[in-house]
Amino acid sequence: MKKNVKLRKFHAPVWSEPVIMEMGNKGERGIIMPEVEEEIQAAIGDAESYIPEEMRRKEEPALPEISQPQLLRHYEHLSEQTVGMEENIDISQGTCTMKYSPKVNEMLARMPQMTEIHPYQDEDTIQGCLEIMYQLDLFLREISGLDKFTFQPCGGSQAAYTNVCIIAAYHASRGELAQRNEIITTIFSHPCNAATANTAGFKVITLMPEENGRPSLEALKAVCSEHTAGLMITNPEDTGIYNPQIREFVDTVHTAGGLCCYDQANANGILGITRAKEAGFDGCFFNLHKTFSSPHGSMGPGCGAYGCTEELAKFLPYPVVTFDGTKYHLEYGRPDSIGKASEFIGNIPSVLKAYGWIMSMGAEGLLKVAQISTLNNHYLDKMLMQIPGIVKYYDTGKRRIEQVRYSWEKMEKETGCGTEDVRRRMVDYGLQQYFTSHHPWVVPEPFTPEPCETYSKEDCEYWAAVMAQISKEAYTDRKILKKAPHNSTIHKLNYETFDDPQKWAMTWRAFLRKKGGK
Amino acid sequence: MAREKPFIHPYIPNSVPEVTEEMLKEVGVTDIETLYEEIPEKLRLRRKLNLPEPLLSEYELKKYVKSILLKNKTCEENLNFLGGGCWQHYVPAVCDEINQRSEFLTAYTGSPYANLGKFQAWFEFQSQMGELVGMEVVSVPTYSWGAAAGNAIRMASRITGRNEVLIPRTIDPARLSTIKNFCQQQDTAGHIDIKQVGYNPETGLLNITELESKISSKTAAVYIENPSFLGFIEPQGAKISEMAHARGALSIVGVDPISLGVLAPPAEYGADIVVGTAQSLGIHMNCGGGSIGFIATRDEEKYVAEHPSLLISITDTVEEGEYGFYLCKSERTSYDLRDKGKDWVGTAVGLWAITAAVYMALMGPKGFKEIGQTIIQKSHYAIKLLSEVKGVKALFQQNVFKEFVVNFDAIGKSVSDINKALLKYNIFGGYDISKEFPELGNSALYCVTEIHSQEDIQKLANALREVLAG
Repeated sequence: MKKNVKLRKFHAPVWSEPVIMEMGNKGERGIIMPEVEEEIQAAIGDAESYIPEEMRRKEEPALPEISQPQLLRHYEHLSEQTVGMEENIDISQGTCTMKYSPKVNEMLARMPQMTEIHPYQDEDTIQGCLEIMYQLDLFLREISGLDKFTFQPCGGSQAAYTNVCIIAAYHASRGELAQRNEIITTIFSHPCNAATANTAGFKVITLMPEENGRPSLEALKAVCSEHTAGLMITNPEDTGIYNPQIREFVDTVHTAGGLCCYDQANANGILGITRAKEAGFDGCFFNLHKTFSSPHGSMGPGCGAYGCTEELAKFLPYPVVTFDGTKYHLEYGRPDSIGKASEFIGNIPSVLKAYGWIMSMGAEGLLKVAQISTLNNHYLDKMLMQIPGIVKYYDTGKRRIEQVRYSWEKMEKETGCGTEDVRRRMVDYGLQQYFTSHHPWVVPEPFTPEPCETYSKEDCEYWAAVMAQISKEAYTDRKILKKAPHNSTIHKLNYETFDDPQKWAMTWRAFLRKKGGK
Repeated sequence: MAREKPFIHPYIPNSVPEVTEEMLKEVGVTDIETLYEEIPEKLRLRRKLNLPEPLLSEYELKKYVKSILLKNKTCEENLNFLGGGCWQHYVPAVCDEINQRSEFLTAYTGSPYANLGKFQAWFEFQSQMGELVGMEVVSVPTYSWGAAAGNAIRMASRITGRNEVLIPRTIDPARLSTIKNFCQQQDTAGHIDIKQVGYNPETGLLNITELESKISSKTAAVYIENPSFLGFIEPQGAKISEMAHARGALSIVGVDPISLGVLAPPAEYGADIVVGTAQSLGIHMNCGGGSIGFIATRDEEKYVAEHPSLLISITDTVEEGEYGFYLCKSERTSYDLRDKGKDWVGTAVGLWAITAAVYMALMGPKGFKEIGQTIIQKSHYAIKLLSEVKGVKALFQQNVFKEFVVNFDAIGKSVSDINKALLKYNIFGGYDISKEFPELGNSALYCVTEIHSQEDIQKLANALREVLAG
């Protein structure tokens, strides 16, 4: 299935933009804020007199002084030098589900009825927010089969942490926490599962894959014991492989007395196909900024919607939204609650956007999303597997779901050009750099594209054509890759800085000090 | 209602049946169901999800969702005095313009080349926040002030090898609860014990004698806030840091950075780690969705090594005079080390960091100084006016920044009743703290910022006068 794709000419904007700290001139102003009224001034006097002597700032902060048009131009240049999902065929960032975030939902989220709302307002004045939260809770209950959701975690990792706090609270309530100090996960589950379990004080047991890419049930059984607190697992895993024994995994952990949480941050390929409930899980979480279209926002704000069974619902962070048939409420008095996952009630704009997206989709749409994502993945796979140098690990002939972890291992051995070289080169074709893999690289020279439902047949063909072109370059003139990027915003970085305490600089003031050799 | 037409969705190009068919043929299957053959039948959902029928027309969708949102009453149509960690400040138009740019809005992890602008904007956030707090290292922000404080306390625990932290009784209870979750359940390895330190009932300031009795060789850190949750400025920072250091503990200070044009940077009074929010810097309240927390430290390896979040460093490139920006010592993080990493890192609030960078640059040193002065003057004017209302008493009001405690004990009406009555005047009264601070009686936390005019403050005083008399 060779496609005739004509690659476009591309060059990223180059602005050689200075750092804001070296811009502007003394005395320039970017904005003027309201001044205090004369009567207040007369009645109150100087502000200084209300600040204890030792707490007064003596030296002005060395912030830029710059006028508004110049400042705006600077940040617009920076945005131009950023490739968002909307500016490219973002099949590249696999596991992240770079889907289209509908503009209409953005417009709705910018209404003052969302932006100008304080979370501590009287319930009567935030009925709109509470209704949307409650309704999305109902939708996610149906999609997962679980019984109650919270939107307080403001990201997938925070949802994973909320989950592990609930696991701890559950075992503590049974007096077994000291004994149950182990959480089991798999190497192809997102690292946040292992990391949050460790942060909560659990010992982490990580199962490794067999030849077929999956950990075996026997391996799981071997590590289950009276110390097992729970299982935190992604499925399909980052490899796109669906574990068909997932129910047996859950049953095994349950038998040992542990709880099971499904990391469904990316559930894009299985919406309406299979659910946490039928697989027996006690909890799960969805990233609203992945599967449910809320924008990724340069790494947030997002939302990790965490849901659980009725049995665990009493442990959820407070407050939870309830409905009495006419009015929505925030319920606080929850003695078994783990407390707060974050200070307020979650990232409500993200909840709104997910709600709007599901309302535009319905059941038929969600199923279509899953099916087309999976179809796109198979279609892309056909093309990628014809490209010299690409191999697919764990290729047992079994089908993957929404993504595949590939490897440039063969090309790396044959040309010396590996996945990092390809990554730097692909930006020369106007694509975002692809996601390789979290560490460790169990699959060598990895990359993980995810052609979700947003991408057309032609998009898939174009993305594959860029890979084919780069492979050709690697086999004919490897210097092109080694010196890449050539058409990007900047040239190849000096990476040594990042590990050298004498050179790294996280702020302009540190940079100036180190440059001056002080 | 049954649809005759095929389901073609504007967000799903390949939903066109002919295209789907063609692709299926290319991948060698006749039925899309075949693609799911790995999922056992017992796990398949063989029914349609029970969800509302889709609103396929964008007009209908917008109209419907808008009708729900319009049930909210905003802080624009009403006069709002709620704060407590989420505050109504003026958001400059340029902040919204930049954070609505599709490139920033829809980027994600990305590369130092294709996402140069995002990484540079993050570096500019770090650089400017560093100036405000007086530190050389600032990380890419996390979810909220509480999350930042939780991470900072864990950093302190690792650096000192100790498992106890001292926190003022006057902290926001919601923030304390967030921090508690970072400190883990009792009976787990690495649990950090939180000990609270009381305050002077006259001033609200930390009780130094009590601190002295609680600080010990077990103390990993002493955490204080400036301004405090209850609004007052805590002037004993230097003394508190000194006491912490004398016992081998770290000093952690939480700040609202909008105060730092007029208040001393925490590094000056001995802070080792500075945390706080940046919601006050150009980010709408968003019903709490505007939360953002930052962590700053000195540029010492022992601190850099313990940061859980991404750190963006400036670097050079193969081209003379060119700047690049990317991750410093990324192998610390859980992205690289999984359960061996420092706490955990994930998608948090990148867009808000960019927004706050824009705000800090717009304001500059003069803007921060002016806004700090204005807020202090307006808050004290509000205290003056409210104190003239019979039955109203402001507590700890000598040195407040933008929030202050208003006590209604003399009246015998609950805060919740008073706030219900104020709603009729289109006023959102202060945050009810009577349950969480019972020792302060029937009290509310009022917040006044640069957006409150003299007339607004007078309106509040008049409404309260009527409500309390009624």
